[in-house]
Amino acid sequence: MTTTDHSQATADAAHSHGVVIPEGSRGERFTSFDVDAFEMPGPRDEEYRFSALRDLAPVLDQAEAPADGASVDVTAPEGVTVGSLAIGEGPRGTVLVPEDRIAAIASAGSVDALHVKVPANTQVAEPIRIAVTGHATSRSHIVLEAGQFAEATVILEHRGTGAHAGNVEVVTADGAQLKVVSIQQWDDDAVHAGTHHARVGRDATYKHVAVSLGGKAVRLAVTAEYEGTGGSAELLGLYYSDSGQHLEHRTFIDHNAPKCHSNVAYKGALAGKTARSVWIGDVLIRAEAEGTDTYELNRNLVLTDGARADSVPNLEIETGEIEGAGHASATGRFDDEQMFYLRSRGIPEDKARKLVVRGFFADLIHQIGVPEVEEGLMREIDLELEHFEDELVEDEA
Amino acid sequence: MSTLEIKNLHASVETPEGTKQILKGVDLTINSGETHAIMGPNGSGKSTLAYSIAGHPKYQITEGEVLLDGENVLEMSVDERAKAGLFLAMQYPVEVPGVSVSNFLRTAKTALDGEAPKLRTWVKDVKVSMENLRMDPSFAERNVNEGFSGGEKKRHEILQMELLQPKIAILDETDSGLDVDALRIVSEGVNRVAENTGLGVMLITHYTRILNYIKPDYVHVFVNGRVAEQGGPELAERLEAEGYDRFLVDA
Ligand SMILES: Nc1ncnc2c1ncn2[C@@H]1O[C@H](COP(=O)(O)OP(=O)(O)OP(=O)(O)O)[C@@H](O)[C@H]1O
Ligand SMILES: [Mg+2]
Repeated sequence: MTTTDHSQATADAAHSHGVVIPEGSRGERFTSFDVDAFEMPGPRDEEYRFSALRDLAPVLDQAEAPADGASVDVTAPEGVTVGSLAIGEGPRGTVLVPEDRIAAIASAGSVDALHVKVPANTQVAEPIRIAVTGHATSRSHIVLEAGQFAEATVILEHRGTGAHAGNVEVVTADGAQLKVVSIQQWDDDAVHAGTHHARVGRDATYKHVAVSLGGKAVRLAVTAEYEGTGGSAELLGLYYSDSGQHLEHRTFIDHNAPKCHSNVAYKGALAGKTARSVWIGDVLIRAEAEGTDTYELNRNLVLTDGARADSVPNLEIETGEIEGAGHASATGRFDDEQMFYLRSRGIPEDKARKLVVRGFFADLIHQIGVPEVEEGLMREIDLELEHFEDELVEDEA
Repeated sequence: MSTLEIKNLHASVETPEGTKQILKGVDLTINSGETHAIMGPNGSGKSTLAYSIAGHPKYQITEGEVLLDGENVLEMSVDERAKAGLFLAMQYPVEVPGVSVSNFLRTAKTALDGEAPKLRTWVKDVKVSMENLRMDPSFAERNVNEGFSGGEKKRHEILQMELLQPKIAILDETDSGLDVDALRIVSEGVNRVAENTGLGVMLITHYTRILNYIKPDYVHVFVNGRVAEQGGPELAERLEAEGYDRFLVDA
């Protein structure tokens, strides 16, 4: 077993960890719909040791949430069916079987799951929009289903306040092409723990994009597994953590079928003394997953002193017959030389910083492939940088 | 008509072993239309002089003055120095991932002028300047200096100089890493800008080779953090024949 811990951090504010082979296979986790089957996690638990556990208390508490804790609004183009699924009514519960207490609470707490289905052979050009607006403590369970050869994009937007435990269960049939963009643009005091679990059909293409910008604590667990050969899963993520924010993303690609492809790329920027981010990237290549091709990457850009980014790739390989398996994880300080170069051409400091940070995210943003999201993101990043000076002032105080 | 005056400039850098004094009293005046060659051995402090004038945060100015047309350059921020009319072509230009050359050039021009350049003339200016420097148009869409060869980086520096039109340019070993063809193209670029705009040039170099293309009015021998001797172009010829040994013994 090789483990790398914090003592080997590569840069002052950076906590990059070498590839970690977890104790016990990632594929053998306990699963249950029963909340009580999961103990209340503590700070020493491997799954939560990087988490903002204190902030997550309301989403770990199984007390019933108020019915109006959050509103969920769907705007779907013609051809898409919108309905609901009761607990135990398939395909609900066939892909997302809770692996932790939060997912179990979100599932049990959502009597009716929102069910959005794109029928077989249906191509919808306009994105399907789902807006989750939090008011208090809330739970949700959403099932997204893409039939055979269906093509669609879902934009799931989280705004408002409160503490939200949200499950997103994704089923893609053979040859389907589905993009799911999950935007976390919560108010400053909001807490969100989400579990997004997809099964990728034979020859299907699934892209999940996590964009986490607003919220006190966000913890997203994004998983993809395969139904058959030829599936492709791409998990992209972008986050910007300011002072007082704890943004955590845990990705898991379960290569449980031969000849599948996966690509994970998460990039984050951090500004402010108490800004935190966590990326845990698990990849499991099971014995049967011959011909797998996988790559995962996490890069963090630390803009100010004190901010801390944890980055842990975990690669578990049970077969030698693979196409490729790679990973890269790097956390770097903001580059003064780049700033000097730009400023020596007359570009003022704030503008130069924007250029460098936009540049850092540019290649990732171009991979999203949803034009309105790409454009919006460049603006959001500029807006985040508008508070940059405030972050420094706040730190002084 | 502009004048850059460097008076008794001292600069140091913090190293793990402590403060290291690099510039030890540099005196130099450059006027518009003049080309000054600064020649000196490795490690003598030539780049430190260039960076100190441009305002690199790594170097502390411990004594002396730098004035551009009487204005105190040392009190200006890095970008203010550029706005005042200074330009530094770097020995090792920096890569800026994700920022295209065309975006970079336009942003810099806009910042310097205080308004965006007229689109049509700007696009044409960029195109013509790139052609003159034999840069493929595809460079405009590439990220700044990313994957550029040594020679391409140097051409890109001169491209910026031509488009941003400074009053005084410091060229730090712009000739190093260039083959003869590239050296000629880059030198022509410098001469063209000097002719068109009356640019004053501080040409830092190690070798006399570039002086066959860019004719200096003055030559300064730079040794151990200061100007050890100055003269006309004939001094360069002497250096070519004798090397720096004579000065190193003195130092
Ligand atoms: N950041 C730094 N830390 C430590 N030493 C430095 C630093 N910058 C410069 N120096 C030292 O200062 C001296 C002058 O360096 P400088 O780069 O100015 O020389 P140069 O004349 O430009 O050399 P070259 O011809 O090799 O380009 C060298 O001894 C160099 O090692
Ligand atoms: Mg040098």
